[in-house]
Amino acid sequence: MAKTYLMSGNDACAEGALYAGCRFFAGYPITPSSEIAEHLAKKLPLIDGIFIQMEDEIASICACIGASMTGAKAMTATSGPGFSLMQENIGYAAITETPVVIVNVMRVAPSTGMPTGTAQGDYIQARFGSHGDYPIVALAPATANEMFEFTVKAFNISEILRTPVIVIPEAVVAHIREPVKIPGAGEMEVVARIKRDFDGTFFFSRNEDGVARPPSVGDGYKVHYTSLVHTESGFFSSSPLQVESFTRALVEKLKSKEHLLVDFEEEGCEDAEIILVSFGVTGRACMRLARDLRKAGEKVGYFRPKIVWPFPEKEFINLAERAHSIIVAELNYGQMRREVERLFGREKRILGVNKVDGTMLELSRIKDVLREVVKDA
Amino acid sequence: MLESFIEKYAREFNFPTIWCSGCGLGTFMRVMMKAFDAISLDPNKLVLVSGIGCSSRVTAYTDCNTVHTTHGRALPVATGIKLVNPSLTVVVITGDGDGTAIGGNHLIHAARRNIDLTCILLNNSCYGMTSGQVSPMTPHSAYSSTSPYGNIEHSFDLVGMLKSAGATYIARGTVYHYPLAEKLIVSAIEHKGFSFVEILFQCPTYFGRFNKVPEPADMLREFKENGVKYVPGKDKPLAENQFYIGELYRDESKVEYVELLKKHRHERLNLMKLQGQYDGCKTKNRTL
Repeated sequence: MAKTYLMSGNDACAEGALYAGCRFFAGYPITPSSEIAEHLAKKLPLIDGIFIQMEDEIASICACIGASMTGAKAMTATSGPGFSLMQENIGYAAITETPVVIVNVMRVAPSTGMPTGTAQGDYIQARFGSHGDYPIVALAPATANEMFEFTVKAFNISEILRTPVIVIPEAVVAHIREPVKIPGAGEMEVVARIKRDFDGTFFFSRNEDGVARPPSVGDGYKVHYTSLVHTESGFFSSSPLQVESFTRALVEKLKSKEHLLVDFEEEGCEDAEIILVSFGVTGRACMRLARDLRKAGEKVGYFRPKIVWPFPEKEFINLAERAHSIIVAELNYGQMRREVERLFGREKRILGVNKVDGTMLELSRIKDVLREVVKDA
Repeated sequence: MLESFIEKYAREFNFPTIWCSGCGLGTFMRVMMKAFDAISLDPNKLVLVSGIGCSSRVTAYTDCNTVHTTHGRALPVATGIKLVNPSLTVVVITGDGDGTAIGGNHLIHAARRNIDLTCILLNNSCYGMTSGQVSPMTPHSAYSSTSPYGNIEHSFDLVGMLKSAGATYIARGTVYHYPLAEKLIVSAIEHKGFSFVEILFQCPTYFGRFNKVPEPADMLREFKENGVKYVPGKDKPLAENQFYIGELYRDESKVEYVELLKKHRHERLNLMKLQGQYDGCKTKNRTL
């Protein structure tokens, strides 16, 4: 039976991990994500799981990767500076096709910045933070309830696609206390590690779905995992043909599961002249404003991708067909706006509402930009 | 015809190795496989984890579960593996650059935790893979491609460092004294807790050439002449180039990490059962 509790976003995230079958957490203290580690330090040991506080964020993600290679569902949680440290090994998880969930609670500004301030400045980093071409999926929760739900989904996607999945809540979503619905066992889908049997030694060969499912360490196959480009046998290859086909297959494996990766919320976009686009917590402000304006007779729509990487391109292009203007509201310098501009070029007027002071986006700021659009229309 | 232990533990299909002629890593790999065979390690239950560098390529040539990680990160990846499946024998292969520079922090922390891993650090006094740059284990005043006027820095006292960090087994060997190296690897694996074995090996291509010892045999002779067998209680002052070899430290009193983890979990669950807070199912202990 589902039950509803009043809890913080970070606690909801930790509960989501437990629900999804996470049995390994390695982390390093950092504001504003520490409560996730604290929650799991308490709970994991009681259900035969492992909690370990590592010496830094690099060690944390590496321990998670080792745990996942050995068959456990693993997660780490951090914030900006720690997320930057993890980037190299996010690439390692991607190239070895190791499922792992990384929660990056976004705080404001580069470097140490302002640890207690909220922001959405790691949107681009979540996609392109590690070097080279690699696949990645990122989800942006807007509520404490979505912290639970999206963490479970992140694990599922990670298992299905065997790739790192990133959850990027803002500090305010991590700390907000709201009702969180925790489903009973079996009420929400949980994807277990998908195992394959092997006749030969092509442990990294791809099924029709384009995903490699190498065996776990200790499974009796004597598997070889490497951070180098590898052939289907798992061993290094430097032949340009191999490197090309490997990189393409790695990046394009997301395409086989496109349906799984399209998840967004929208209201009234189809006939809207102006669409408010946002993600995470600022999406809530946009929804509220779009509803108010609809009531007042304005043709305003609202669009919020829940899975922000990959961006739901086709769906949004179709939905925004009639719109002459798109306003992208973000707690950053316009990172998602770049993505929207890329889709429409100069066809539409694309404006940003941007704030980078560590506090929430006021409705009045969005209204100011809206007024400008309406005046010009 | 390959010897049986090589047939058992080598991925011959990946031979020849990438190592330069005269490199000591081939000797080491043979010694390592012989050690595995001496204690009949099941390749399916054995995990070799390495970082980046010449020595870290050992994983591709060894037929067991092998994980070649990113630069310096073999120990934390191995920690994750061991914690999830403590029944596996986990051996970490690292080099002096991989293990003491970029991965130095992980080295001291793995030792501090006393987790049951065996870390074999292969020391050739330089970064061989990138053509012989100075490393934290390059001796003071030695030459390298990035210390062309002599190394002004000092190298680590690895044994002292590992001891104070909390390692419970520390040994040093060389590829010249290979029967000893085999014994040390065996004892390190059999030791319950964090065990550390430093193996000195020659890099004639870079370190040797830069320091006017380009012949592998001459480098091996230096190991032979300068390695002093350690006898507990009979420490003596060593000459400048001399170093101890053998088992240098052992502490069997400290409880290993996974053992402690199990003990604590058991005690906690028993206490909760007594207090009626735990019903053995997952739902109740998820009380919010």
